[in-house]
Amino acid sequence: MISGRLKALFLRGPIGLTVVSIILGFTVGGIVLVVAGFNPFEAYGAILKGTFSKPKYIAYVIIYATPLIMTGLSVAFAMRTGLFNIGAEGQFIVGAMVAAMAGYALHLPIWLHVPLCLLLAMMAAALWGGLAGYIKARFGVHEVISTIMLNWTAFYLSNWSLTLSGFGKPGTGKSFTIQETARIDLFSQWKISKEGIQFIRSHEYLGDVLKAPVNLGIVVAIVLALLVWYILNRTTLGYELRAVGFNPHAAEYGGINVKRSIVTSMSIAGGLAGAAGALQVMGVSHKIAKLAVMEGYGFDGIAVALIGNNSGPGSVLAGFLFGGLKYGGSKIQDAVGAPTEVISIVVGTIILFIAMPKLIQTLLKFKKG
Amino acid sequence: MELIIQDIGFIIGTTLMYATPLIFTALGGVITERSGVVNIGLEGMMFFGAFVGAAVAYFSGSPWLGLLCAAFGGTFWGLIHAIACVSFRAEQIVSGIAINFLGAGSALFISRLVFDGATQTLTVVNKIPQPLAFLFGEGKMFSSSGFMGLVFNQFATVYLAFFMVALVWFVLYKTRLGMRVRAVGENPEAANTLGIDVIKIRYGAVMMSGFFAGMGGAAMSIAVVSRFSNTLISGHGFIALAAMIFGKWKPQGALLACLLFGAAKGFEIYLGAKGVPVAGDVLAMLPYVLTLVILVSFVGKTTAPAAIGKIYEKGDHI
Repeated sequence: MISGRLKALFLRGPIGLTVVSIILGFTVGGIVLVVAGFNPFEAYGAILKGTFSKPKYIAYVIIYATPLIMTGLSVAFAMRTGLFNIGAEGQFIVGAMVAAMAGYALHLPIWLHVPLCLLLAMMAAALWGGLAGYIKARFGVHEVISTIMLNWTAFYLSNWSLTLSGFGKPGTGKSFTIQETARIDLFSQWKISKEGIQFIRSHEYLGDVLKAPVNLGIVVAIVLALLVWYILNRTTLGYELRAVGFNPHAAEYGGINVKRSIVTSMSIAGGLAGAAGALQVMGVSHKIAKLAVMEGYGFDGIAVALIGNNSGPGSVLAGFLFGGLKYGGSKIQDAVGAPTEVISIVVGTIILFIAMPKLIQTLLKFKKG
Repeated sequence: MELIIQDIGFIIGTTLMYATPLIFTALGGVITERSGVVNIGLEGMMFFGAFVGAAVAYFSGSPWLGLLCAAFGGTFWGLIHAIACVSFRAEQIVSGIAINFLGAGSALFISRLVFDGATQTLTVVNKIPQPLAFLFGEGKMFSSSGFMGLVFNQFATVYLAFFMVALVWFVLYKTRLGMRVRAVGENPEAANTLGIDVIKIRYGAVMMSGFFAGMGGAAMSIAVVSRFSNTLISGHGFIALAAMIFGKWKPQGALLACLLFGAAKGFEIYLGAKGVPVAGDVLAMLPYVLTLVILVSFVGKTTAPAAIGKIYEKGDHI
């Protein structure tokens, strides 16, 4: 009975689709490696080794995964309302910019500065995302096109902000470093103190972890993921948003304000992507720099959301998968000489198969007999 | 006065040069979307085309062979997108996102194999030629730094792009094939009952979009610059997509929109050269803001092909 239900979930449900797509993604990546003259087992082995063999590596994977989880949540949240948030990239940029400004300009005690910085960044990014929602609700302009425009607007806005005196450090193309009180790094001062250095030397595992720029970002990311899950599945708001995503006409008929739902959903999505940008500044970079190209956090977030089946917990898992691939994948070049970009091929293939549920279902049935 | 005219010539010239890759790619967007298939993977196809164009031009010494191979490289990803969207009824936007990862990933993967671990090609010696170059220069009809030279001494791809706009317009609106493509994009069920092979038309249109996007990439890597690098096509495919929508899914509209984006780049470079960096970022931002404003004020909901993005299943209707 239970196994029957599990089977049904696996065969027809989203988990089976995702798992099969991931397997197929690695298979195709493996074939590409073979064709290029590499041993795929060695290459994938190098990724695994580069991800798990040292505590420091695991810490780095977490650091890599943190912004991806949040941009993934952003895309996933919008997707549940039937909206395609390509704008996570721009919302990330806005969040990072505002966090860098508030982190530098304000002088507050840490217990106030950190949350305020995050809150301001999320609010600004929520407005940025909400604007796309409003334009869709009010004027019927598709969110894909408006968010592409808003991404580039944010991109140049951020670069322009660095030309402002008092924010951009003249001649560096970067902003001033944020205050200590706006940072969420763990033990950063202590790490370079005498006791800290002593500790890192004498504790094999913890010391190794501390070599990475560990920060509190992941905690915020997981809290936000739980919040997303809670809002979507346990609140009236979430029910309404999902109803709009499922069938806007039926939702409207059922008394749900579809237009308001669109704005709300895009605002929340924007806030989530903005949090990613803010935490990246507060925990890792401590400043923003002039952008030459899009950094891709938002676009990677689309992949994370799709692989995570547009859910909160799914985004966390997919974020770790993607973060691990990105960090571990950067090592296969040195280890076996295979191009790092096989990771993009694996991820792209996974998404391509996720886009084709019918193909996977046919494959699964075929396997069964 | 002469200086001002020269400056204007410079801006027009750079506008045309930078608009060209966008024009090719946006035309690809027009073709596929008019057949009812969304292609958000233009970016990846363009990226791949930029690499293939530069790599082939580098090794063969022929920019034209590079351009052609780039087009076929784009067509390959068009085929993948078509297989997913048309045959396996994939979610079109999701498949397009996949193509973006695959196009960029495979380009860089091959680049590292062929160019000694680098994510860029070596400099292409033979770029796309400037066909009117014989008119410009010392002792020729026009000086190469004068207005005429700055505006008209362009790469062949620039002229080709304008020609393609006319060609796509003609095919879409003045031929049977074009009428069929549009019919499939508006109402595939009705088109099917009229005996039009919806599947075949869509396969063709999606592959053509790859063809054009690939050319757009090469127009960047072997004309505007002379090498491919991993940051060369950062978002141009998305801008072309926006230009296509801004241009109301029409080739001539897309052309104008691409020229607007090109002009912003032209002004940005001009002001940068004049040493006005502050205005540069603001100016670069303008076309995007302007596009939003124009979309909000003029473009209604109804200009997109009616069946766009909808999955077509043969036999759903009787």
